[in-house]
Amino acid sequence: MDGNIFPAWTSTVRDLLPLALGGGGLFVATLVTFGFSPKALSVGYSPEQPVPFSHKLHAGEMGMDCRYCHNTVELGAKAAIPPTATCMNCHERIRTDSELLAPVRESAASGLPIEWNRVHDLPDYVFFDHSAHVTRGVGCVECHGRIDTMDQVRQEKPLSMGWCLNCHRDPEGAMRPLDQVTNMTWEAGNQAALTEDLRAARGRDLAPPTTCSGCHR
Amino acid sequence: MSSQYDLQILQEIEDPTIRPKLIMGESTTYASLDNDVIGIIEGFTQKTSIVWYLMIGATLSVLTMLGGIVAYLIATGVGIWGNQSPVFWGWPIVNFVFWVGIAHAGTLISAILFLLKQDWRTSINRFAEAMTIFAVCCAGLFPGIHVGRMWVVYWLFPIPNQMEMWPNFRSPLLWDVFAVGTYATISLLFWYMGLIPDLATIRDRATTKLRQGLYAVFSMGWTGSSRHWHRYEKAYLILAGLATPLVLSVHTVVSFDFAVAQLPGWHTTIFPPYFVAGAIFSGFAMVNTLIIPIRSIFKLQHIVTLRHLEVMNKVILATGSMVGYAYAMEFFIAWYSGNPYERFVFENRAFGNYAWAYWTMVSCNVIFPQLFWIKKIRRSVPAMLCVCILVNVGMWFERFVITVSSLSRDFLPGSWNYFKPTVFDYLTFLGSFGLFFTLFLLFVRFLPMIAISEVKGILYKQNHTGH
Repeated sequence: MDGNIFPAWTSTVRDLLPLALGGGGLFVATLVTFGFSPKALSVGYSPEQPVPFSHKLHAGEMGMDCRYCHNTVELGAKAAIPPTATCMNCHERIRTDSELLAPVRESAASGLPIEWNRVHDLPDYVFFDHSAHVTRGVGCVECHGRIDTMDQVRQEKPLSMGWCLNCHRDPEGAMRPLDQVTNMTWEAGNQAALTEDLRAARGRDLAPPTTCSGCHR
Repeated sequence: MSSQYDLQILQEIEDPTIRPKLIMGESTTYASLDNDVIGIIEGFTQKTSIVWYLMIGATLSVLTMLGGIVAYLIATGVGIWGNQSPVFWGWPIVNFVFWVGIAHAGTLISAILFLLKQDWRTSINRFAEAMTIFAVCCAGLFPGIHVGRMWVVYWLFPIPNQMEMWPNFRSPLLWDVFAVGTYATISLLFWYMGLIPDLATIRDRATTKLRQGLYAVFSMGWTGSSRHWHRYEKAYLILAGLATPLVLSVHTVVSFDFAVAQLPGWHTTIFPPYFVAGAIFSGFAMVNTLIIPIRSIFKLQHIVTLRHLEVMNKVILATGSMVGYAYAMEFFIAWYSGNPYERFVFENRAFGNYAWAYWTMVSCNVIFPQLFWIKKIRRSVPAMLCVCILVNVGMWFERFVITVSSLSRDFLPGSWNYFKPTVFDYLTFLGSFGLFFTLFLLFVRFLPMIAISEVKGILYKQNHTGH
């Protein structure tokens, strides 16, 4: 033992090391927890579409029912993206010379579909079924947010597994009378009474699966 | 393999008036102990170094092969192994239990024997603890690569996540993660703490700046002041107390992996004590297997004496007999239970399609260790090395018999199948030895194999008797 091996400043490093390691660990944990969360990564996704179709105009101001275009929601797993023909039902006569609608007319003429960009995209191993939700009284707005106020559709909810499970474990708050499913502004007057009614009317429909195979096959 | 010290012990032991010393050699002093042990690290320039480089070259090649296999496994899937319906727990789990079992000797020697004030532990505890940690590394590898999707292996741990998905807390497989994790942590801490005074000795003897600096960092400013020693010994005692229940708990929980499942051949209450005894049995056999060549290569026969080896042989004999008792009791209970499935499994084990494995296991684990009743064999270095290697083989077969033979013929004869390992099963197992021995050779090269400071305490006791 003759004297010190390391210069004096290394003691400061040594003393700060636990702080750095602890703080670094905390930083990484926080970063992963919040930064990697779908709330941060997916919410707000709003790609530009080939045609600037405005839900705000169609569903909001003009009050078109969601099911006029997405006509398979009550019958099948997927909420259909309408074919160009659906657009042309009206636009054959309305705004026939609009620049913005040129791709729609082109598509109608050529028969090639418009390539819309998917906004709400679940992983392929999730078998989400629109009809199972819509016919049991889960409103569109619960998962898609106020589409009727969006010019360009954006993802409002995280659509993470935890977020799905929250509702599957306690679904009553997200349910409404069947005739109000597509109503974007509906609010429960008396949630407790509504829950009672829902229970009486639809017993087992109020028990969505929370097992793995409920959504993954 | 027998040295002058071994011969001296053989003479002394026949004379009831002499008790052979734990640390031998007339001229053994504190300084000579330092030279003998740390000299191995410092003097690594001559003959030993060529052998060492050759050996680590070999083990590194095997380790590299393991890396290649794991990469291929991740790219391809667990189908490269022989795991096939109904034997989904094939060699990976067998190897896992094999290595965890070996890992038991270290803590038993360092914690339980410390609390029982068994002085002979000091010569072998560092060695056994190192072996424990390396064996746990090998054990940890197998569940990690057996899960199929290794990139989500962190799902083994209950980490909050956006899926709100948790491991099944009722599953012994999760308990296993905690049991082995705790064991690895405590063993590592225990080992490292014991190393600190010795690392400081190496630091103080160092002749090069690099060595001095490195060992200074890892000895954490140890000066050997009485205040340091006072705290060190308290902490060591506390760690020993904490580690003691782990010796029993880890392999108990490992046995739950089997015992909690409702499969005849697995679902038995004898499993926890039986597994713990088997683990200590295999661990001591591995310590002996490794230390016998090491003590003669590095001339440590006066520190790890024949007396140490004999004591370990006695532990092997005792635990081997317990294991033998457990084998017999399993059969008795299978008969006594009157359960036809249980009876079938055990008849099948001894006389069915895996009879060859069963009788290999019985001869290696029950019959050969009984030779240690004979003094001559217990005290003969070559003989004990043979028995210890056989025990290692036998204990691997024990896990193979339990895992594979029970699964391959379950309730439904229609699903019966015979497990065939693939070349990747063999190579993965071989690869784990590459990992083990690479770590071991690094240990031999860079760390003191003997707990010098503790052995010095024994030397002091030995030289200051009669008050």
